[in-house]
Amino acid sequence: MCLAVPGKVVSVVEEEGLNFRRGKVDFGGVQKEVCLAYTPEAAIGDYILVHVGFSLSVVDEAEAQKIFEALREMEQLEELEGP
Amino acid sequence: MKEVNLSCPVPRPADDCIVLAHGGGGKLTNQLIERVFLPAFWCAPLGARHDGALLNLNGLRLAFTTDSYVVRPLVFPGGTIGDLAVNGTVNDLAMCGARPLYLSAGFILEEGLPMELLRTIVDSMRTAAESAGVQLVTGDTKVVDKGKGDGVFINTAGIGAVKSAAEITPASVRPGDAILVSGDLGAHGVAILSVREGLEFEAPIESDTAPLWTPVEALLEAGIEIHCLRDLTRGGLASAVNEIAGAAHLGMQLTESAVPVREVVRGACEILGLDSLYVANEGRFVAFVPEQEAAHALDILRGISISANAARIGRVVESHPGIVTLESRIGGHRVLDMLSGEQLPRIC
Amino acid sequence: MKFLDEYREGSTAAQLARSIRRTVRREWTLMEVCGGQTHTIVKSGLTELLPAEITLVHGPGCPVCVTPVELIDKAIAIAALPRTIFCSFGDMLRVPGSSKSLLDAKASGADVRIVYSPLDALKLARSNPSREVVFFAVGFETTAPANAMAVWQAEREGIRNFSVLVAHVLVPPAMEAILGSPNCRIHGFLAAGHVCAVMGWEEYEPISRRWHVPIVVTGFEPLDLLEGVQMAVAQLEEGRAEVENQYRRAVRREGNRPAQQRIAEVFEIAPRAWRGIGEIPASGLRLRERYRWFDAEQRFPVDVGTVPEPSECIAGLVLQGLKKPFECPAFGTRCTPETPLGAPMVSSEGACAAYYLYGRRPHEGSESELPSAAPG
Repeated sequence: MCLAVPGKVVSVVEEEGLNFRRGKVDFGGVQKEVCLAYTPEAAIGDYILVHVGFSLSVVDEAEAQKIFEALREMEQLEELEGP
Repeated sequence: MKEVNLSCPVPRPADDCIVLAHGGGGKLTNQLIERVFLPAFWCAPLGARHDGALLNLNGLRLAFTTDSYVVRPLVFPGGTIGDLAVNGTVNDLAMCGARPLYLSAGFILEEGLPMELLRTIVDSMRTAAESAGVQLVTGDTKVVDKGKGDGVFINTAGIGAVKSAAEITPASVRPGDAILVSGDLGAHGVAILSVREGLEFEAPIESDTAPLWTPVEALLEAGIEIHCLRDLTRGGLASAVNEIAGAAHLGMQLTESAVPVREVVRGACEILGLDSLYVANEGRFVAFVPEQEAAHALDILRGISISANAARIGRVVESHPGIVTLESRIGGHRVLDMLSGEQLPRIC
Repeated sequence: MKFLDEYREGSTAAQLARSIRRTVRREWTLMEVCGGQTHTIVKSGLTELLPAEITLVHGPGCPVCVTPVELIDKAIAIAALPRTIFCSFGDMLRVPGSSKSLLDAKASGADVRIVYSPLDALKLARSNPSREVVFFAVGFETTAPANAMAVWQAEREGIRNFSVLVAHVLVPPAMEAILGSPNCRIHGFLAAGHVCAVMGWEEYEPISRRWHVPIVVTGFEPLDLLEGVQMAVAQLEEGRAEVENQYRRAVRREGNRPAQQRIAEVFEIAPRAWRGIGEIPASGLRLRERYRWFDAEQRFPVDVGTVPEPSECIAGLVLQGLKKPFECPAFGTRCTPETPLGAPMVSSEGACAAYYLYGRRPHEGSESELPSAAPG
């Protein structure tokens, strides 16, 4: 089952230990509490992927850009090559 | 090959009892109407399958409609069941091109309902009626045992004076018509769910419940030739457009990138696993106008606050009659089917 | 919305489509594993942007579709027990068991509730100490960390009135079963990105080597799927067969170690029956001995008997990508979303429902009437 939505961490609560680490995550203006136990490295301001109330992965923003960089290069090549 | 009787409530082939999906505003609701109510009560106004009945009383043209309200929670960001009860019926009249004039209200109250909650609801009805310019002229009250009702059920019926010269009804829709929507989608459904699911928002999403006669009147007064109107309620934009496509026997093509949805509503739909095209609205409508009038109609709508985000989202075509298609952001297409029953959130 | 909108954009999609068209020389059949990917493909009409040489086949990545009939029947039986609150994700509610679905059971009075997270079910258990709260733990590896945490927390806190009905399935054994099928015509796979976000992709390397198939770990947005197709096609045209990662922004080779550890602590690998396919060894998860108390099948032994799939439903063949939905004699006639004979027609990701809703209905008049993307 695979619907995981990217959201931004806006606050973190970790007093009760790693297993109960949780935080408020913002999805385009909607905020929901998410369990952050599986992404101990996730910090405020990071984007994470959330699936059924759990963060599974921190989004690598540099990697996220690469497809667009590659496509821009491709576009330039296309223009050079002509129709 | 033996027939296997698999019953699935979302679409239920054996009609032996009512399921929640029958009230969902989608296919099952329409099936119920077609199979149970229409055959029993058939007459021309009912057969038009529009939001209200257009009646002619010796030259006096009236619209008549009714609606029942069973929403839970009774109070939500942006309104109460009372607002819906007034605005919903007012809007059904407006969708017939009729100025809403009089409402009736029937209350079914559950034993134990706090009086103060009832006052809040009634108060919101009073305000809504004033905003809409209607009078509540007759009513009824019943009380049921505790446990037999959701606090409050309200039925309202309404009468309006038809102001449009031509009949505003699905049968008037023509190929080539532009399809307009009066504003952004999904706020009401998300507002309701936010209470039920404990969502929080930076700025709370409020229900978009509102009376819609003002924008309709503005279009009529500007002489716009309106072919059809429908307010979007349960089942969302997709259901309303499908209903009209079916009733008019015409195809409809929508463009996803043109459908206005606020980012925060999109965010809520993403995390709840819902499709905003199917989420309930309360203060929005679609309008079908001739292509050449579309730009003018949009100008008029955008000048009124309730329809400030009006947009053109598609057109009516002769091909694939009864089917609504959607062009996606990446240029592919899909059939935008009517919901079978309730939209269930998905995680997959 | 950041990290979503950019991946749904039209001109970049067109660019990727052109790139695929430039790369492809021969006909290739690719399988996208995950139901969420199928959903995106159908919803965005992605196949229209692909050249005709590429066929996308929908895999068994819809846990809704592959959950055996017996388990649905057990869920319904448990939901009907007095004092039970049965919690499930929305996807599962419509799937027919042998005679009805969970939504049916709800209509008949069972307390069936939709939750968004297993922790919601745990919350219900805490606040309803006199009720038995049962959670339907269906899903691939993506959902396993969440379910593992719920059980782990329940055990730590001593919440006795909580249990899970486990129907977890694993992707790699399913892929191998498909590859091992004599009729397999799949040339390459788009692996399920979020499954790999949890598990990494190490376990796909031996599969890729053994069967000489490209496996591209792919995301879920239209651009992800297009890039995934492009990478798979490039491998195929170059004669390569390796595991590549398209979903770089979310997936690392080793996956999410804390999540894997929690899964291993709570669950162990077990054989599992897949609806329409049959039992695949070592293809599912069950609770470990220490956590057996939370196993709803043990706590509520209900006898539902063995149930044959309706003979007309060819779900198994569709799920393995061996048949297209419209090759089924019942498709669109006796089997529709209104009157489903099997799970792939019910689930919104099920291949049959996807084909039906997308409009590819040979029975109902001309397909050519429907709009399609302009070429080039």
